[in-house]
Amino acid sequence: MTEALKLAEQQLLAPGGLGHTDLEKVLDHLMGPSVDAGDLYFQSTSHESWALEDGLVRSGAHALEQGVGIRAISGEKTGFAYADEIIMPSLLQASTAARAIARQGAQGTVQAWRRQSPQALYLPADPMQALSADEKVDLLRKIDAYTRSLDTRVKQVMVSMAATHETILVASTDGSLAADVRPLVRLNVTVIAEQNDRREQGSDGGGGRFDYLQLIQDNAWQRFADEAVRQALVNLEADAAPAGTMTVVLGPGWPGVLLHEAVGHGLEGDFNRKGTSAFSGRMGEKVAADGVTIVDDGTLAERRGSLTVDDEGTPTEQTVLIEDGILVSYMQDKLNARLMKMKPTGNGRRESFTHLPMPRMTNTFMLPGEHDPGEIISSVEKGLYAVNFAGGQVDITSGKFVFSASEAYLIENGKVTRPVRGATLIGNGPEVMTRVSMVGNDLKLDAGVGVCGKDGQSVPVGVGQPTLRINSLTVGGTQT
Amino acid sequence: MIDSSMVAQAVPDRDQELSVIAECAEVAIRHAQSLGADSAEVSASIHYGLDVNVRLGEVETLEHSRDRGMGISVYINDSKGHASSADLRAESIRTCVEKAIDIARFTQADKCNGLAPSERLCSHFPDLDLWHPQPLDAVATMERALACEAAGMDNPAIANSDGASASIGVGLSVYANSNGFTGRRDGTRYGQSCVLIAGENEAMQRDYWYDSRRAFADLEAAEHTGAEAARRTVMRLGARKISTCEVPVLFAPEVAKGIVGHLLAAISGGALYRNASFLKETAGQQLFADWMRMSERPFIRRGPSSTAFDAEGVATAERDIIQDGVLTGYVLGSYSACRLGLETTANAGGVHNLLVEPGRHSAQELVAQMGTGLLVTEVMGQGVSIVTGDYSRGAGGFWVENGEIQYPVDEVTIAGHLRDMFMSVEAVGNDVDERSNIQVGSMLLGKMTVAGS
Repeated sequence: MTEALKLAEQQLLAPGGLGHTDLEKVLDHLMGPSVDAGDLYFQSTSHESWALEDGLVRSGAHALEQGVGIRAISGEKTGFAYADEIIMPSLLQASTAARAIARQGAQGTVQAWRRQSPQALYLPADPMQALSADEKVDLLRKIDAYTRSLDTRVKQVMVSMAATHETILVASTDGSLAADVRPLVRLNVTVIAEQNDRREQGSDGGGGRFDYLQLIQDNAWQRFADEAVRQALVNLEADAAPAGTMTVVLGPGWPGVLLHEAVGHGLEGDFNRKGTSAFSGRMGEKVAADGVTIVDDGTLAERRGSLTVDDEGTPTEQTVLIEDGILVSYMQDKLNARLMKMKPTGNGRRESFTHLPMPRMTNTFMLPGEHDPGEIISSVEKGLYAVNFAGGQVDITSGKFVFSASEAYLIENGKVTRPVRGATLIGNGPEVMTRVSMVGNDLKLDAGVGVCGKDGQSVPVGVGQPTLRINSLTVGGTQT
Repeated sequence: MIDSSMVAQAVPDRDQELSVIAECAEVAIRHAQSLGADSAEVSASIHYGLDVNVRLGEVETLEHSRDRGMGISVYINDSKGHASSADLRAESIRTCVEKAIDIARFTQADKCNGLAPSERLCSHFPDLDLWHPQPLDAVATMERALACEAAGMDNPAIANSDGASASIGVGLSVYANSNGFTGRRDGTRYGQSCVLIAGENEAMQRDYWYDSRRAFADLEAAEHTGAEAARRTVMRLGARKISTCEVPVLFAPEVAKGIVGHLLAAISGGALYRNASFLKETAGQQLFADWMRMSERPFIRRGPSSTAFDAEGVATAERDIIQDGVLTGYVLGSYSACRLGLETTANAGGVHNLLVEPGRHSAQELVAQMGTGLLVTEVMGQGVSIVTGDYSRGAGGFWVENGEIQYPVDEVTIAGHLRDMFMSVEAVGNDVDERSNIQVGSMLLGKMTVAGS
């Protein structure tokens, strides 16, 4: 038995006196007439956060959540119920509710256990235990003092750190039995700088599936503080952003939120099964410029978006979505893969046991090209160079997407000149991808603070990209 | 066939369940005090729900939910600790209290921490008519979702469906603190929505419609929700970009509430005491034209956010936030009020039914009044800074000329500065959206920058 499975059984099943035969009993009970498949998702999550403002660590919070979500699938129908007590009567009651969805028909069967045990991508230890409460409070105060010392225009510093320790166990009627123990930490620094009655904000942070120690090794947190202050000071000097359609150069790393919105969501299996995505029915077609290769990779060690197994027990993988401009794969969970006669890709994710899984991204990024970033900027006569973004949104049906720059500059005659205020960029996903005219050789992944929302469920994700030149994108400033 | 044992789940016994939750809160407070807390406050709740999603005439998902949970804040020598638990078992409550106490031993003292002033706690609990229970009937809820979608698909221009949903929710909660306050809340909610698709390939468009009410009898017919979703979706077919320009912008009620939401965010205590608002120290200033009035109405019967007390037990009250265009005060809980040297406005947890006084004109009359400009029915993205007041968001809607809608527009942005935008509001329509906590009609702004081709 793998370490994760052993830990998960001890933590999730043993307290209620449950063993493998009990799981089989519940799955048998779930497999009423015409239930094709079903699964039990046991989860326990503990979360803590500490926040500093005005020089004081004035709040800390802790949250505990535990339960089991039970799903029965019949054709395209899903019945779902959950319980916050992991004991036999609750499991049977929830499975009765879940299987009520099924119509009459042939009886499905429960397969023998097949243990999924890929190599873990992170250590199972509780990330909160790496520092004592005193050390956490001291760290936040140290970051505050350092950040304030960087510039006298810094008037407000907010620092927050948070950690989650999650244990899951999935038992499915298809025989898969898998567990995962997932650490996750993050640290954010936000500053407000003031100058001549003008106020601007700067923010940076990072994290991943490791413990707090990685954030303090070699004072890694200093980068976040330096960067937050730098952004706020740049924005104090920023002029109004231009309005209109122009050439846009996106910096490497976090601006990859472009790919997440413009391409990623549109390639999730559920939307394509339903034919509601702007990319529906375009498999094998050219959907992006030559040289554009985009992957979703849940297997990167210790990355925020990575998972050893997804929330259906499928090991994650590197899925090439677009290869040299050609659409080659969607991201799938088990349900949509089966209905589309494709293979699950390890993208079945859920916010918690109280939510149903669906196809979601892990770490989504574009592979590097051949251009030097300097060469890309000097190729632009007049345009926008956007290096930091707040977030984005997409209408997967029309393909329209937005993402909001929080740090941007004008490019004039091949040179980066003045900073401009934040502005939203808008485009059409499939169109914009065909207008990528230069791909940099400087692939960078984001620092590990991304959250993706879909149907009201939030999950941690990663994005990344090299420097990109996009020939025409609409910039939503005020300067006409 | 539906398993008959699960067809209809009975309505929970309100008084009995509230007593159970109140007892949990009391146990938690006593435990906190026994561990050395000077004071403590608890929110505990239980929620039952039934959600059905259907698509293309078939049920896709049927979800039964029962969520329980509690959160406790404890104060020791002006230090605060908070913890929450997603179940209400005795052992979980004990662990939760102990975690909160642990945290309070390490956080730093802040004299503004603590319970709300006792003299401000609610002592009168009017019946706000929020409790309209019906059995959680899976079959009836499925039929409602199916009828909703079918009415939408009846429109011949609808090509596909992203599904319709119907839901029932029953919520019970208790807020209690160690000053002896216990407040109970109950509420039911019925909802339905439909998302449809028209057109094919690159020309596909989607739109939706929904309704949400406290009483099932107040919910519009499921068929109406579906047909309205279809009408809105079809209207968007053939959307195109327009050239970059500066024009008047008319916000439909669903998006006008976002503009009011940005105002509320900028006058909320958290943004103000952090120096993170472009409306810092603006109480008493003229923010809107002198006819503008916005008031908080916490006692609207069956209102979406009606309540007699806020998240700290403080008695709510009717009040104007904007009077004759002037900002009369902020949106404060007791902590932020203390930080600003002010008194709480009973807004811990937010505003409770914010009504923008409607004007006399219909949406159509406002379109005519605008003459030439952009009618915005959808906004996208997060491009709003409460720190600076800069506003830049993706938008979709309709181009208006000669006072009439000409054609649908998408893939443009609208931008401006929120202060200028507030001052430039020329009219508010009488088409108030009553489904939302922020209740406002269409809103006409004098000028914004529209970026397009």
